[in-house]
Amino acid sequence: MPATTRAPGRLDSILRAVARNVGIPALAIALFLGLWSIAAHNIKVSFGSLPGPAAVVTEIGNLWQEHRSEVAREQAFYVRQVERKAAFLAENPTGQWTERKYAGHPTFFKQILTSLETVFTGFVIASLIAVPLGIVCGLSKTLNLAFNPFIQLFKPVSPLAWLPIVMILVSALYNPPDPWFEKAFLSSALTVALCSLWPTLINTAVGVASIDQDYLNVARVLRLGWLAKIWKIVLPAALPHIFTGLRLSLSVGWMVLIAAEMLAQNPGLGKFVWDMFQNGSSETLAQIMVAVFTIGLIGFALDRAMLSLQRAVSFGAPAR
Amino acid sequence: MIPVIELRAAAKGYGAGATRSEVLADLNLELHDGEFLAIVGFSGSGKTTLINLLAGLHAPDAGSVSLDGQPMPDAGPDRALVFQNYSLLPWLTVHGNIALAVDRVFPQWTAGQRRAHVERYIAMVNLTPARDKRPRQLSGGMRQRVAVARALAMEPRVLLLDEPLGALDALTRAVLQDEISRIWQENKKTVVLITNDPDEAILLADRVVPLSAGPRATFGPSFVIDIPRPRDRLALNHDAHFKRLRKDVLDWLMTSAGRQPARAAARELRLPALVPANLDQVRWIDRALPHRRAAGAQKSKIS
Repeated sequence: MPATTRAPGRLDSILRAVARNVGIPALAIALFLGLWSIAAHNIKVSFGSLPGPAAVVTEIGNLWQEHRSEVAREQAFYVRQVERKAAFLAENPTGQWTERKYAGHPTFFKQILTSLETVFTGFVIASLIAVPLGIVCGLSKTLNLAFNPFIQLFKPVSPLAWLPIVMILVSALYNPPDPWFEKAFLSSALTVALCSLWPTLINTAVGVASIDQDYLNVARVLRLGWLAKIWKIVLPAALPHIFTGLRLSLSVGWMVLIAAEMLAQNPGLGKFVWDMFQNGSSETLAQIMVAVFTIGLIGFALDRAMLSLQRAVSFGAPAR
Repeated sequence: MIPVIELRAAAKGYGAGATRSEVLADLNLELHDGEFLAIVGFSGSGKTTLINLLAGLHAPDAGSVSLDGQPMPDAGPDRALVFQNYSLLPWLTVHGNIALAVDRVFPQWTAGQRRAHVERYIAMVNLTPARDKRPRQLSGGMRQRVAVARALAMEPRVLLLDEPLGALDALTRAVLQDEISRIWQENKKTVVLITNDPDEAILLADRVVPLSAGPRATFGPSFVIDIPRPRDRLALNHDAHFKRLRKDVLDWLMTSAGRQPARAAARELRLPALVPANLDQVRWIDRALPHRRAAGAQKSKIS
C-alpha cells in the first residue's frame, strides 16, 4: 500500500509512550483519591469520620513532628543524666551510679526500623535453612521425596498458627542471663523465617533439579568433588531460580511480619497498628492508614531491590 | 598394539519393559593412538549416546567398553568431550571456562603456569580479544572454539567431538573445520568426531565409520580415507576419489535406513536453452495465478 500517512517520528512515539505510561496511572490515582475523599465525607465511624487523603498527609507530618520531639526529649534525658552523674560523683566519690535507659515510647519511624530489622533477621534465618536444604533436595531424589510431605504440609500454615508455638518455645528455650534480643523480636523473626522459607526451598530444589545435564557432565568429566561441584556448577546454575525464591520469600516475610508483630508485641509496624487500634483516638484511623501506605511502599521497595538482584544473577538464556 | 578405546558387542538402550528402546546394538570398534576417526550417522540414530559410552558417561548394557585394555572408568579429563551444544558455563568468561578445567586438571602447577596455559589455548583458537566475554556475548562459532579450547587445554589422550559444528552456519562451519584440521595436525591427538555430514567426516578424518539408522543402530564397515593432507576443500569437490568415498558412505547409510541408494546419474541431463524471444510480450505469470490475486496488499506494493 502506498504510504499515505506519515510514519510517527521517534520523539512523537516517545512522548506518546510517556503520556500513556505516566498518564494512565496518574489518572487512576487521581480517581482513587477522589473516591476516597467522597467516602471520607460520607462514612462515620465510632471515633469521628473516616479520614480523607488530606487528613492522612497531615498525620504524616504529625508523626514526623512527634518523632522529632521524642528524639529531642531522649537527647535531653541523656544530657541530664551525664550532668546528674557528675553531680552525684562530686557528692559521693565512692558511690555506685546506675545508668538508666530512656523509657519513652518508640516513635513511628523507629518502629519502621525495628520492623525492617526483624524481617531481615527472619529472612536471613529462612535463607540459611532453605538454600542448603533446597540444594540437597534438588540433588537427591530420595531426600526430595522424604522432605516433600513436610513441605506440602507446612507451606500453607498461617503465621498466626505458628506464632503461639514459636512464642512458647522461645520462652522455654531462650533464657540467657544477658539476652541479645527481646523475646518478642526473636518470636517475630522466627515466625517470619518459618513462613517465608518455603518459596526459597521449593524454588532452589526445582532450580537445582533442572540444571542442564550438560553442566553436570562437565563436572563429571572434570571429576569435580562433591563440594566443588556444588560451589562451581550447581550453585551458579541455580542462582536465578534461587533468587526468584528469595524474592518471593521476602514478600511473604514482610506480609507475615505485620501479623506476627501484632500478636508478639514486637515494637514494629504491626504493634503500631495494633496500639493505634486499641487507643481509639480521633487520629487512630489516619495513623493506621499512614502505616498501611508505609507497609505497602516498603514492601514494594524490597521487591524492587530483590528484582534487581535477581536480574543481576540471571545470565540470560543458557549458552547454546 | 592395544587400542586406546575398544568396543566389543556393546549395546545401550533406555527405559524398561514395554517402553524400552534399544538405541545402540552390537557395536564393535577399535580406536588407535593418534587416529582421527569420524563416525557418520543420521540425526537421532544414537550418536550422542555413543559418545557418552566412549567418554565413560554411560556404561554399556551389554558387551564391553575398554580404555587401554581396561574396563572403561567413569568420565575423566583424559577423555575430553566437546558437547553438541558446547555446555559452556554461562556465568564464567571465556578465560574462566577454560581456567576451571585447567585448574582442576593441573593442580600441581603454579598459578602462573596455569594462567599461561589458559592464555595459550585461547590464542590457539584465536579468541584472545574475547577472553573476558561471557558465552552469551559470543557468536555460535566463537562458543564452539571456546569449547574446543577447553577440551584441548586439558591435554586429553582422546578428544571426543559430538557434532561440534552441527549448530553453525555453512561458512562458520567451513572455517572451523579447517581450524580443527590445523589443530589436529599440530597436536596429533587421538580424535573421535561424530557428525551427520559425510563431507565433513571425509574432509577431516583418517577413517570414517558409518552408524546405521536407529533403533538398534550399529556400525558399518570402516572406510579408510587415504586422501593426503593438507586437504583442500575446493579441490576435493572435484576429486574423483573423494566423490567415490562419499558415495560409498552415503550408499551404506541409505541402505541401512531401508532406502534406495542414490543412483549415479546414468546419463547427463541436458537442459533446454530457453530464452524469451521478446520480453515485451511476456505475460507475467503471477497475474494469472489466483492465489496471487488474493494477496492484494502485496501486489499493490509491487506496482
